[in-house]
Amino acid sequence: MSRPIRKNQLYHLVAAHSREVSRQPAVLFWGIIFPILIALGLGVAFTRKTETVRNVAVIEQVTNGPGISAIDRFLEERTTRTSSGETDPRAYRLTLNNEKLGDTTFVFTRTDWPTAMIQLKRGRVAVVMDAEEDGTVVYHFDPMNPDAQLTYLKLSRLAGGEAPPGTTGQDVAPLTLAGTRYIDFLIPGLISMGIMMSCMWGLGYGMIDKRAKKLLRRMVATPMKKSYFLIAQMSVRIGMNFVESGLLFLAALLIFDISIQGSIPALLLVFLAGNIAFGGLAILTASHTANTEVGNGLINAVVMPMTVLSGIFFSYQNFPDWSIPIIQVFPLTLLADGLRSVFIEGAGIADIAIPATAMLGMGVVFFAAGLKVFKWH
Amino acid sequence: MHPVIEVRDVYKSFKTVDAVRGVDLAIHPGQFVALLGPNGAGKTTLVEMIEGIQHPDRGDIFVMGKPWKGNEDELHRAIGLSLQETRFIDKLTVKETLRLFASFYDLDGDRVSEILATVGLAEKQDAYTVNLSGGQRQRLALGIALLNRPRILLLDEPTTGLDPNARREIWSILLDLKARGKTSLLLTTHYMEEAEQLCDYIMILDHGKVLQEGTLDQLLEAKTGEKIIEFALEESGSSIHRFASDSPFPIHWDPRNGRASIAIAHIESELPKFLRFLESHRAQLKTMECRRKTLDDLFTVLTGRRLSE
Repeated sequence: MSRPIRKNQLYHLVAAHSREVSRQPAVLFWGIIFPILIALGLGVAFTRKTETVRNVAVIEQVTNGPGISAIDRFLEERTTRTSSGETDPRAYRLTLNNEKLGDTTFVFTRTDWPTAMIQLKRGRVAVVMDAEEDGTVVYHFDPMNPDAQLTYLKLSRLAGGEAPPGTTGQDVAPLTLAGTRYIDFLIPGLISMGIMMSCMWGLGYGMIDKRAKKLLRRMVATPMKKSYFLIAQMSVRIGMNFVESGLLFLAALLIFDISIQGSIPALLLVFLAGNIAFGGLAILTASHTANTEVGNGLINAVVMPMTVLSGIFFSYQNFPDWSIPIIQVFPLTLLADGLRSVFIEGAGIADIAIPATAMLGMGVVFFAAGLKVFKWH
Repeated sequence: MHPVIEVRDVYKSFKTVDAVRGVDLAIHPGQFVALLGPNGAGKTTLVEMIEGIQHPDRGDIFVMGKPWKGNEDELHRAIGLSLQETRFIDKLTVKETLRLFASFYDLDGDRVSEILATVGLAEKQDAYTVNLSGGQRQRLALGIALLNRPRILLLDEPTTGLDPNARREIWSILLDLKARGKTSLLLTTHYMEEAEQLCDYIMILDHGKVLQEGTLDQLLEAKTGEKIIEFALEESGSSIHRFASDSPFPIHWDPRNGRASIAIAHIESELPKFLRFLESHRAQLKTMECRRKTLDDLFTVLTGRRLSE
């Protein structure tokens, strides 16, 4: 027997929560638009290759010995002094033009040792050039910093009078095929992270806040079905995530020309399963505390490790071998890998059946456990 | 007739306080009962245990003859309640809030319209709850409590913090309900007027125990016709202690307003006796008035404090 919808609890709970959210423009902005802006900002920041500036500090030589040092000769012969007034009058520039890799500009600044060290600590410069007594050039930099290493490699060749690698670009064939670029890897990761953040903060923290404000007490002193209340909260959040992810995808489509190579039903299934996994996790995380400070900590404890480990920005394949099987069962890893396999590897329903089932299972278990221990007062 | 609510020797302690220490109470169908006591008397703890929100450490509670455990759904349908502090979802309108709660009881929009009329919020039905005044919020809370036509109504301080007008509006809704005779009410309050106006039976609660209970007449010993004589002296008030022990009637001294009071049953014979007593101690009267005895006076006699303290 179907009850008329105007009496249906679940319908009214979903309607009430949707109204609550949609009537606060700030919630819509911070919940939907802001994450998209952040994602696009990150996308642009990680993919722009137009001009790279590499700052180098050059230690001024105090010796008044005869002749000029190798560094001085290099600066005088190969670089141009930048016009005074705009920048440091003692700055020298050297630009390497390259269509495929983007232009690289080296900016050399003469300075003394202590200032160079401060600039190095602040990240203003990556490499410090100095000269030995006999005039040979010494490069000071952190060997753990790949960017500094790259600067050193290019610079040492330049200073030695050779062309640095990739100067001509004849031997470089950039991968521009859709699906192989970094942005193709990044966008599904950002969508996954958006879902996690939205569920954990929007749903989880939102519920802790409702408990702290004693909004739940009155409702549970009625015959309201408790599971319906949680399902309603989750449904509205999944709806918001759908809009958020859709808009993010659309923007990425227009700006970065990304594409979906696999099947759309598979994509929707992974998306839904991921939402349910994180919805359940949010409810379990938020099941007990009425203290928003504790809630902050709890949610961070769940969100932070996954953000770092689940390969959102860089592949987790670089982590130690023993850790990879563990990382692969994190819900965020399952979701990001699942979305990526559909987006860039052309996966269909059969390929994502296992991760989708795993996420659905996690969601149901988390939800049931959360409901069981949920504190309403 | 079986009581609709029965509380037997109930105890409840929190970390730092024994909130309820052995309370018995019974409410019969159609009866309106007040739990009167100052802040911290244990009223809210007791009523929340009856509502099934908190659980007693010891003792039994029966609603409609049934314990809460295992009967939650049935009992939730039989009672209506308002909490001491009711929070609503800010950006829902009055009508939407009632619709939401109505859906929990399988009720539809018709019942919502009835309630809007009952609690006088029809004009405010499209206002967001966040924009309601204190009195309107309390009326909405009462409206939610009445949605399911409850046989038992449990109201925790329904008029605290309201101005006299708003308070009277709530009272008139409850008096209408009382006239229909289908509902039993338990209400907590620290306003003696509220207990006097609305309730047939009053229980005075302090430090988790019932100090005294009965009808208003029983409590005030109306038959003896005791009156209160309140007075102040010209000299500094505390000098009363100089001769208070000789007084023919026990003197209650209220250091807050510098006034003292005695209770007497026969003004004609006993007032002159008291005046002669004051004269014999050379005490000069500054003011003196005679008024009927109140629940506050009773509370003062029982505890040495006032209800509003």
